[in-house]
Parts: sequence; structure tokens; C-alpha cells
Amino acid sequence: MKTGLLAEHICVHYGRRVVLDDLNVGPFPVGHVSALLGPNGSGKSTLLRAMAGLGESRGTVTLDGQDLSRLSFAQRTRRCIYLPQTLPATVHIQVLESLLAAQHATGWTPAQPEGDAVDGALRMLDVFGIADLAMRYMDELSGGQRQLVGLAQALGRQPDALLLDEPLSALDLHHQFAVMEVLRRETARRGIVTVMVLHDLNIAVRMTDYDVILRDGQIIAAGPPRDVITPDTLRATYDITARVETCSRGLPHVMVDGLS
Amino acid sequence: MRVPDQSRPAASSSSPVPDLSDYARQVRQTYRALLRRRIGILGVMGALIAGSVLLDFCLGPSGLSPSALVRTLLHPHDVSAGQSVIVWQIRLPYALMAVCVGAALGLAGAEMQTVLANPLASPFTLGVSAAAAFGASLAIIMGWGIPGVSDAWVVSADAFVFAIGSVLMLDMVSRRRGAGTGTVVLFGIALVFAFHALVSLLQFVANEDALQDLVFWTMGSLTRATWPKLDLLAAACVVVAPLSFRAAWKLTVLRMGEERAASLGVDVPRVRRGALLRVSILSALAVSFVGTIGFVGLVAPHIARRLLGEDHRFYLPGSMLVGALVMSLSSVAARNLLPGVVIPTGIVTALVGIPFFLAIVLRRRGLS
Repeated sequence: MKTGLLAEHICVHYGRRVVLDDLNVGPFPVGHVSALLGPNGSGKSTLLRAMAGLGESRGTVTLDGQDLSRLSFAQRTRRCIYLPQTLPATVHIQVLESLLAAQHATGWTPAQPEGDAVDGALRMLDVFGIADLAMRYMDELSGGQRQLVGLAQALGRQPDALLLDEPLSALDLHHQFAVMEVLRRETARRGIVTVMVLHDLNIAVRMTDYDVILRDGQIIAAGPPRDVITPDTLRATYDITARVETCSRGLPHVMVDGLS
Repeated sequence: MRVPDQSRPAASSSSPVPDLSDYARQVRQTYRALLRRRIGILGVMGALIAGSVLLDFCLGPSGLSPSALVRTLLHPHDVSAGQSVIVWQIRLPYALMAVCVGAALGLAGAEMQTVLANPLASPFTLGVSAAAAFGASLAIIMGWGIPGVSDAWVVSADAFVFAIGSVLMLDMVSRRRGAGTGTVVLFGIALVFAFHALVSLLQFVANEDALQDLVFWTMGSLTRATWPKLDLLAAACVVVAPLSFRAAWKLTVLRMGEERAASLGVDVPRVRRGALLRVSILSALAVSFVGTIGFVGLVAPHIARRLLGEDHRFYLPGSMLVGALVMSLSSVAARNLLPGVVIPTGIVTALVGIPFFLAIVLRRRGLS
């Protein structure tokens, strides 16, 4: 049964500093894009990494009812993949090869609906509109292009949950919206869980379905974006005075008036 | 959506590739051609090594003709004892040792550069050679040996113990929580200085004969090649190389970033430990048998990267072959540059290596 991604009693500490203490969050819904919001150092990336099983953490993470901690590390990353904020390095390797390598990383390759691994890799590049970069070297690409390659690498592993740490950070406006469109479409089509760390509140309020706001490792609010992104929560989270207005086309828009 | 790509004219606005199946066929062909080319490059390198070994075998100060040499090789009992010794105890082991040492150092350097994410990592620059030199100097100057080791092996054995110890120390540092690859590299550089200082200290107290022996040892020379040492190093290469090749995908992914590799399911500490263990065996054996041979471990991976890219399925064997070729050519040069004199190979490889080294430092593309 597809019940989504649920994290319970998550505790993470770096040395003596406690970052997350008995945090319960989710379930992040299947087929929808969710966002983790909050100021720098609020524990968003830490939570994402803990859910992916990277680094040391305590707690239970279940995906569609299955306890992920019971899986081996390699199996876990097949089901639930984390995409780090850092871009893929500028390596002298072709984009196509980098996707093949990502697929082979755990000595297991996802079954392709049709064709072989090369077809699968090309399809994935096409999903992100970069099929024409297939034979280019990674060290010739721009930051934004590498970020798209990183997304294609992750989705190409056909995970059940996609955990993305600021996947839009290196992208221009056009590609931010385009990637969000692709992620919404693929998340729904594949019936997977997508959770991403976001800083752009307008993208969150317009293009995600479930948002969690964190501050200092605590949840300020969780739920549908219109319920979560409100003047009150924004003040409590970011110490700002902000409004959520409806624009002339009826879409929500976050406007910041100043510091509170 | 489309990413601006200067090398192609702008395609349709919705998708850069109108017909994916057509394009897929085209890409597949290009990719296959690329793989064939890489295999071809490896083949050419293999052929060049064979040629170089032949040259190394045939050229030399003894004045024997190539046909006489080959006859000796095929029918060792039909020729004079002197000729047989030249072929079987000198020429052949030297020529083959050059290949094995080059291959071992090339592979060790390639794996080191990948797992430490540093283009300057090599057994020479991170202290393995320096540690071996210290071990050798303990044997040569202080006469310290390992109980049970015969005199013929004592220098190599001492050198090996310290060389492997230095890599294990690098490994220990890399295992420390929060130790980045930069820390490991800095630690390696500290090892270089520490062991150099210790070697200098021993040189300072050494008598004249021992000092001469040690100085000669640190120059690195293939003239120390013997069949048992050659067998041991060749066996190590045969055992270790397949293990490296098996980790090729994981190492390729690791090159894209440590965190990314981990997120793709690669157990990074384990891969790094495995690689350092392989590096320690190969580099410690090579260095302990022939002395300090600089730059092959540093330069070979860079040449392989330029020729073959960083798909480790090709990069690792490529690095091995480039190392073997460079060493073999250095060996030819070492014996034929000055008539009647065998220059220590370490000197020749360093002189060949320095221009490459500078070119890499001044133009660091590919690994940044």
C-alpha cells in the first residue's frame, strides 16, 4: 500500500550539537511534490539526509509501510535516493557515461521499460531536456547543466522516493520552473514521493503540494502550502513581515514587506 | 525546456531532439565508436609496450646482436654461459621489471588520485617512496633487518615494511571521522618531509660506503631486478588489478563527488579503504624492489585521463599501461643515453616526469 514517506523520532547530532531531536514528520504523500522550507541551519538538509540513511541518525523512516532501516545501504539508496546540494564534479567523462555509472554504482541496474541502459539514460536526459548533451563531457558543462545531469542520474535509478537538496540552486528562472514541471509530472506519473529543500517561497506555494517549515530543528507548520505559508508562520520562521496575496490570475504570491 | 548549448544551433523550443529513437541510434553509434576507440588505444599501448620491451631487451652495452639474444632466449643451453647470464639474469628481468613496476605504480597512482580526489596524489608525493627509502636506509646504514629475512632481501623487506606502514597511516587518517581528502593529502606531504628528514639524519651518521649504497638506492634502479622479486611483483599485479577493475564503476561514481557517490549507494569509506589497501601492496612492493622511482605514479594517470577519459573501466587499465610504457622507455633510455653506463632509472623517469608535472600544474583541466 502506498502510504508515503514517514519519518518518526528522528535524532541527529553533530558532535555535541543536537540538530534534530525526536522529530516526527510526514507522511510525505505519494505522487506529489513536497517541500522542506526554513532558514539556513534549520535542519532541512539534515532531515533529508537522515531520511535517505546518510550519516548517523536515530529514528524510523518508513516508505509505503516498509521500514527502510531494515534494508542494506545499497538497497536503501535504490528505493530512496538523495541528491546532494553540491553539483556533480567537473569530471572528464561523458554525460551519458555518468548516467550509466550512476546506474551501475551498486552493481545493479534498474530494469528498463524498453531498450537497454543507453536507451534508458537517453530517455532520462530527454525528460530533463538535455538529450543533446549526451556525448558532451561533464567538465564542459555549465553549473545549471550539471545540476540537470544530477537530476537525471537520480531519477534514472528509478527510485520510489526522490529527496532533493536545493535542486534549483544553479538554475535560471526558466529552468527552475521547467524542472518543477518535470518533477511534478514524473512524480505523479511514477507514483513516487518527491521531497525537496527549497528557498523560493513562491515556487513552494505555487508548485508543491505538501510543505513542512522547520526552524532550529522544530516543525513550525506542515500541510498544504496555502495553510503553511502564511504571514504568521513566515514571521515565526524567518522573522519577516510578509503577505500572501492573490495575483490578478488568482495565483498566490508571497510578498515580503520587511524585517519584523 | 532547453539548455543553451553553444555548439549546436537552437533546436525546437519544446525538446532539442525531435525524434529520440533516431537520436538514440546516433548516440549509440557514437558511443560504441568511442568504446572501440578506447579499446584500440589500450591495444596500441599494449603493442608499444611489447615494442619497448623488445628494444629494452635488444639494446644495451653488451654488444650482443638481437638475433644472438633471441637465440639465447630460445635455446639457453646452446650458447656460452656468459651470454646466457646476460640474457636470463640481466636483460630479461630488467626489461620485464620495468613493465611491472610501471604498471604497479601507474595503477596505484590512478586509484590514489581518485579516492583522495587530488590530482597530485601518488605514491611518490604522499610519502610511500620516502617511507621506503627510510626503511632501506635502516637496513643499509644501521644493518637492521627483520628476523628470518635473508641478506638478499633485507633492504627490500625493510623498505616494504615502512612503505606499507605509510599507506596504512594514510588510511588511518582517512578513516578518522570528518577527515576530508585534503587532510589525507596534507598528512601524506607531512610524511614525505618527516621521512626525508629521518633519511638525512641516517645519512649524517653513516659511514662512506653505506652512504654511497644508500644514495644509489634512493636513485631508483632496475638493476636490482631478480626473478623472485619480479615474480612477486607480477603476481601482486595479477591479483590486485582485477580487484581494482571490479571497483571501476564505484570509483567512476566517486569521481563525481563523495557525497553524490554515497547518495548513489556507494559505501565510500569501504571503497576508499579497499583502494588504499591495493595501492599499499602495489606501490610498496614496486618501490621496495627498485628504489625511489618518482613521477610514474603521478604522471601515468594524467596521461591516461587525457587519452581515455575517466570511465574507470578504461582509465585504470590505461593508467597501468601508460605507467608500464613510460617505465619501459625510461629503462631503454637509462641504458643507452650514455655509452657503457646504466643511469639509475629513477633519475631518467624524474627528468621525463618534470615537464609533464609542470604542464599539469599549469593546466589543471580534467581534475579540479
